[in-house]
Amino acid sequence: MKTIKQIFGGNLQQYTMVLALALLAIIFNVVSDGRMLTSSNIQNLISGNAYVLILAIGMVMVIVIGQIDLSVGSVAGFVGMVVAITCTNYGWPWWLGLLTGLATGALIGAWHGFWLAKIGIPGFITTLAGMMIFRGLVIWISKSISVPVPDQFQVLGAGYLPEWGPAWTGMNNSTLLLGILAGGWFVASQLRHRSHALARGVESPLWVALVRIALILAVVGYVTWLFGSGRPGTSFPIPGLILVALVVIYHVITQRTRFGRHIYAVGGNKAAAALSGVNTARTYFLVMLNMSFLAAVAGILFVGRATAAGPSDGTMWELDAIAAVFIGGAAVSGGIGTVVGSMVGGLVMAVLNSGLMLMGVGADQTQVIKGLVLLAAVAFDVYNKQQGRPSILGHLMRSFGRDATSTKAADREPQESVEVPAATGPVVDAADTMPETVEAARRES
Amino acid sequence: MTETQVLLEMRHITKEFPGVRALDDVTMTVRRGDIHAICGENGAGKSTLMKVLSGVYPHGTYSGEIVLEGEEMRFTGINSSQDRGVVIIHQELALIPELSITENIFLGTEVMRGGLIDWEAARHRAIDLLARVGLDLDPNTPVKTLGVGQQQLVEIAKALSKDVKILILDEPTSALNEDDSAHLLDLMRGLKARGITQIMISHKLNEIAAVSDAVTVIRDGHTVETYDVVAGQVDEDRIIRAMVGRSIENRYPIRDPHIGDVLFTVRDWNVEHPSIPGRLVVDDANFEVRRGEVVGFAGLMGAGRTELARSLFGRSYGTWLSGQMELDGKRVVAPTVAKAIRQGIAYVTEDRKSLGLNLIDTIKSTIVSANLDAIVRRGLLDPRQETAVAERYRTDLRIKAPTVDIGVATLSGGNQQKVVLAKWMYPQPKVLILDEPTRGIDVGAKYEIYKLIHQLADEGKGVIVISSELPELLGICDRIYTICEGRITGELAASDADQETLMRRMTTTSTTASATHGA
Repeated sequence: MKTIKQIFGGNLQQYTMVLALALLAIIFNVVSDGRMLTSSNIQNLISGNAYVLILAIGMVMVIVIGQIDLSVGSVAGFVGMVVAITCTNYGWPWWLGLLTGLATGALIGAWHGFWLAKIGIPGFITTLAGMMIFRGLVIWISKSISVPVPDQFQVLGAGYLPEWGPAWTGMNNSTLLLGILAGGWFVASQLRHRSHALARGVESPLWVALVRIALILAVVGYVTWLFGSGRPGTSFPIPGLILVALVVIYHVITQRTRFGRHIYAVGGNKAAAALSGVNTARTYFLVMLNMSFLAAVAGILFVGRATAAGPSDGTMWELDAIAAVFIGGAAVSGGIGTVVGSMVGGLVMAVLNSGLMLMGVGADQTQVIKGLVLLAAVAFDVYNKQQGRPSILGHLMRSFGRDATSTKAADREPQESVEVPAATGPVVDAADTMPETVEAARRES
Repeated sequence: MTETQVLLEMRHITKEFPGVRALDDVTMTVRRGDIHAICGENGAGKSTLMKVLSGVYPHGTYSGEIVLEGEEMRFTGINSSQDRGVVIIHQELALIPELSITENIFLGTEVMRGGLIDWEAARHRAIDLLARVGLDLDPNTPVKTLGVGQQQLVEIAKALSKDVKILILDEPTSALNEDDSAHLLDLMRGLKARGITQIMISHKLNEIAAVSDAVTVIRDGHTVETYDVVAGQVDEDRIIRAMVGRSIENRYPIRDPHIGDVLFTVRDWNVEHPSIPGRLVVDDANFEVRRGEVVGFAGLMGAGRTELARSLFGRSYGTWLSGQMELDGKRVVAPTVAKAIRQGIAYVTEDRKSLGLNLIDTIKSTIVSANLDAIVRRGLLDPRQETAVAERYRTDLRIKAPTVDIGVATLSGGNQQKVVLAKWMYPQPKVLILDEPTRGIDVGAKYEIYKLIHQLADEGKGVIVISSELPELLGICDRIYTICEGRITGELAASDADQETLMRRMTTTSTTASATHGA
């Protein structure tokens, strides 16, 4: 046991969600006679869920600042339609359509951000309005008819990396190269981590590092083989690659930039953040802008995969994205949540979807099961916090860089009303911009 | 004092909160038909005592007994005390702004007929009640359209609707302007004439002198004394001495100040209340801080100390009207907090938990949070630099925590305060404003904070300390300003000052005295 602890870094609980994900995949694989962990299924799983996971990247930031965005599905659908119409009906080149789509997304985000940050309308309301407005606009501009998109978008939405080099590898060599790069990066970061530990005088036996490296290489190797050994012409999907790039970028933004810190500060305690020099309105604005921009990316990938934009594209996507974020350990009251955690949350949902489908479970029952899983995951987290025990999901978050998730926050008593003049001041209007549901949840948590 | 005269007795009341004994064997007697004043410093236990009396803290959560009209009371909550005619009006008004006057008055005691609310009857009763408090208003008016003074009167009307025997008013004039205060005091006299006994918590000695029949002074949770106020004459000196009478022991570090030239000047500073136009929360403030000097601001709660500090700190409170700041001989304009920090001003909030800290954050990210620029390397935050900075402050300030990676919520009050101080030391400010820096922390930690304050001053910074504890100000400051109702009412060298003089200047402005005089 001690050995295992040394390898995994003291706290096994932090890997619970990742282990649950792996276990889920293995169980489904057994039950479905090996149809779960096949190249084509996993490739499909990634390219078929990339759009939800991209939405979840933006959504976790929105939820961390204590807001919610209900409009992302409509915005994604609208942007997909804008791209299709500009390219197909107006004959614009595909790249111009793409840029127009991204710009439209950013503009819509600025619209939401304006109402939230400048006017002070809660995000819940702002984006509920956005949800209706942009759903209506999709149907309006498309006249309820699907519009095809140019083939180039298919590459973005469902394409594969090129084949090249020797055939004796037995794999798609692009995927192999990605696997080698990923493995190399993990090994380098382990070694760097160890040398820092040694420099600080922390004991760090060599065999622990070696076992870790071996484990990492085994996992990366398996995943590489799984994606790369499909039928000829397939590889790690391009939408997956876009997703990975976005995850890396947004992980760095949220964990390693001033803006990222400001997001967590505003979500944790808006008044304290304002008194630390954070421009809270600007933070709100940028997070909302970014969310709709990512919704545009998601919408474009989706129409690429579907080869056409339809008037009902994006319906209910917001709920999948929100569920992914909460399964990934974010707090309803804001201030807690990570990009990587949300990706794990989204993958749990995706694996459930795929596995249940392979088992022949109907969409109706799948929906019920997904709802129960969401409830169970969050209830488990809340229960642990109430017991004063370290929250498993909280620890999961911690393992991915953001260590600001002290579970003690949940133990915090409801703030007594204190005689602070600021209570009526302009700085502490955080509560005013909070939708009632979120406020209520904050009170209960 | 005969038996029939006594309406209420509170005997040997002791109330404890975790770690604090808020009331310790407090005994008090109130005569029928009196206006009985309770005074004491902030945190002396006045409000706690009134919460015990009104059932906010129900029977069983305190020890001692409450005897009303010769019968022991065991209130289970605020409703059971109201049933016996004990009604409290809290300092923060408890009216619902969106509802009308009638709806507010009868909230919880709705006038019913046949299972439905009889609004017609309610309105008629509301009109009568409003007349009794001297308000000539349509009872359908929404409360949010009323001024604070009128709202206060509606609160009293609401209390009168409940067949009140003892009306408790917790600092009734603290939010009112002079005219409204005078009117309220008049009304209190009128209610007294109708036989309603009143208990008034107040800091304002002139008000106590103007209306009360007896005064009880509470200090540190003990009753100090109760005596009659004869014919409107109150011995202010005696009350002040009773309120503050503590000796300053060796609770403060000794220091040899090296005070340099003027570092920070504020001239003709005026700030308006953020939501009440026309009400000045800072009224023509002028003061200066020298290099290496610790300057105290003494004032009672709501006097405008925090408001002044926050208006200086990036105009983070109220509406700035006019005035200038000079720092290091240069004019400083800081319309936002970020600019104030950049120009060398730091402000440590009085309310650590709700304004000073993000409780879900770790020690290290809290410490760097006001100066993230300093840990940016090649455009990204450098986690190793962050840890190094945090570790340095953990060692220097002796923050008791195993690592800087743990959450600030797990720390004790004193250690949390050290983390907050580290956060504001890291941007290297020239002027630090510390608002109640030792509130809610134990004696040992206080001493360390005092030493830290002195150390900051010795580094050549200007340190402003706002505190409700006069001994603390006298113990650590070089110079003290007193502030009352938004105005700076005095400036004293700490060596020349004592608690009595400070308290006198904190409780009187010439204008309030004349206003109540006229009433």
